[in-house]
Amino acid sequence: MAYSIVVVGTSWGGLNALRELVGSLPADFRIPTVLVQHRHRQSDHLLSTFLQERTTLSVTEVEDKMPIEAGTLFVAPADYHLLVDRGVFSLSTDPPVRYSRPSIDVTFFSAADAYAAATIGVILTGANSDGSRGLRRIFDRGGLALVQEPTTAESPTMPTAAIRCVPDARVATISQISAMLVEAAKEGEGSSRPPRMRDDGSQNAARHVAPPGNA
Amino acid sequence: MAVPVTQGKALTGPPVAYNSDLERLEIELLLEGIFRHYGFDFRSYAYASIRRRLWKRIEAEGLRTISELQARVLHDPEMMERLLLDLSVNVTAMFRDPGFYLAFRQIAIPLLRTWPFIRIWHAGCSTGEEVYSMAILLHEEGLYDRARIYATDINDVVLQQAKAGIFPLNRMQEYTENYIRAGGKQSFSEYYTAKYDGALFSPSLTRNIVFSQHNLVTDRSFSEFNVIFCRNVLIYFDRELQDHVHALFYESLSMFGVLALGSKETLRFSKYEPCYEKLHAREKMYRKVK
Repeated sequence: MAYSIVVVGTSWGGLNALRELVGSLPADFRIPTVLVQHRHRQSDHLLSTFLQERTTLSVTEVEDKMPIEAGTLFVAPADYHLLVDRGVFSLSTDPPVRYSRPSIDVTFFSAADAYAAATIGVILTGANSDGSRGLRRIFDRGGLALVQEPTTAESPTMPTAAIRCVPDARVATISQISAMLVEAAKEGEGSSRPPRMRDDGSQNAARHVAPPGNA
Repeated sequence: MAVPVTQGKALTGPPVAYNSDLERLEIELLLEGIFRHYGFDFRSYAYASIRRRLWKRIEAEGLRTISELQARVLHDPEMMERLLLDLSVNVTAMFRDPGFYLAFRQIAIPLLRTWPFIRIWHAGCSTGEEVYSMAILLHEEGLYDRARIYATDINDVVLQQAKAGIFPLNRMQEYTENYIRAGGKQSFSEYYTAKYDGALFSPSLTRNIVFSQHNLVTDRSFSEFNVIFCRNVLIYFDRELQDHVHALFYESLSMFGVLALGSKETLRFSKYEPCYEKLHAREKMYRKVK
């Protein structure tokens, strides 16, 4: 399985969790990775700057219609929803979902719909249940669902909710999740198949059939 | 659904796995149908956003697929009315992105002072929150009386709301906070009167505002402007349509006129980038230079 995108969602405690995750990804990690962190609507580029200091991968705050490129960590901007389309990001100012904008569910749903089984969803620490429905969607489309072990999370609510929603998700510490991502990236290398830019869940044995629906 | 009939599989029974290519086809057919039957052109809207909005309507109506929505929309104009609101109303706030308004005050206002008369086009003004924000800013900078603001939107329903100047009272705390961060010089509450659950903004703010319907996709330029505001509207368009609108803006701006986009929008992916210089890189404020 060659993966096309990683989407990571976190809320309370996310700064430390993202620092650990981003810091442990190797410089040659190629899968485009989207980081959705709940934060104040007027927060600025500090998060990107903070993360850039901890990795040689390129960290960039997403602007509208930015192409999705390999070897890049994309940070969802404050006060917008971040939607993933095939090869490109779109932003939206549609109303907050469950008080959140960016909403993790919105990003995860759009990634699952654009990249289906070529999507990896990761839920880290957080004090609400955003992201669990989105992770379910990724799993239902045949993608990989990873959740931080709640006992190791600064706030276990979000990982616990995600596990309840996706009981078959793989539960692991952040360093294990990082290793799984590296492993997943390797699986894609050496494959004769082109990058799965136009992937589609119907080609893969999707485990469940869910109506498309919305976040 | 995606099962070829030639394989002899039954077309009834449990649904097969989600097929994103089939859904894309359904959405293209729906948007083509809306365009040809009603004349509203959403065919070049950003796919992921319009897809999300379509599914919100499908769920609200208790439908199951895009194709079901298509049948309903084409046969029932009231359904089209509801969908039109879903697809064309963009959510905003007064002094959204206060850093932008502060930058406008500090950088654009001194330029505006050099002109005897200032024509401003607020394209895609939606329910008008940012039109009133700009009117307040111009008033505080002593430029309101020589300014005329043309506030346009595709949707007449939101224009009527904008014209009325009544915004939800429960947002005023957030707006006051934005106003202060945007460099507001007075007390924000001086601009409105609270009544029931609404805040009615002073009619003196709309004295020089003209609200009118304009479609960025199909209508042409209608005047020459010193400032064009179009914040968080183009994010709903695909790259091609964005370029089409940038052509319209370029034609409609006077030389050295100011173009203001949303903070996360950029001219970087547009062929018009070389025609502008950055007045404020982070807040996406540009000036036409050629």
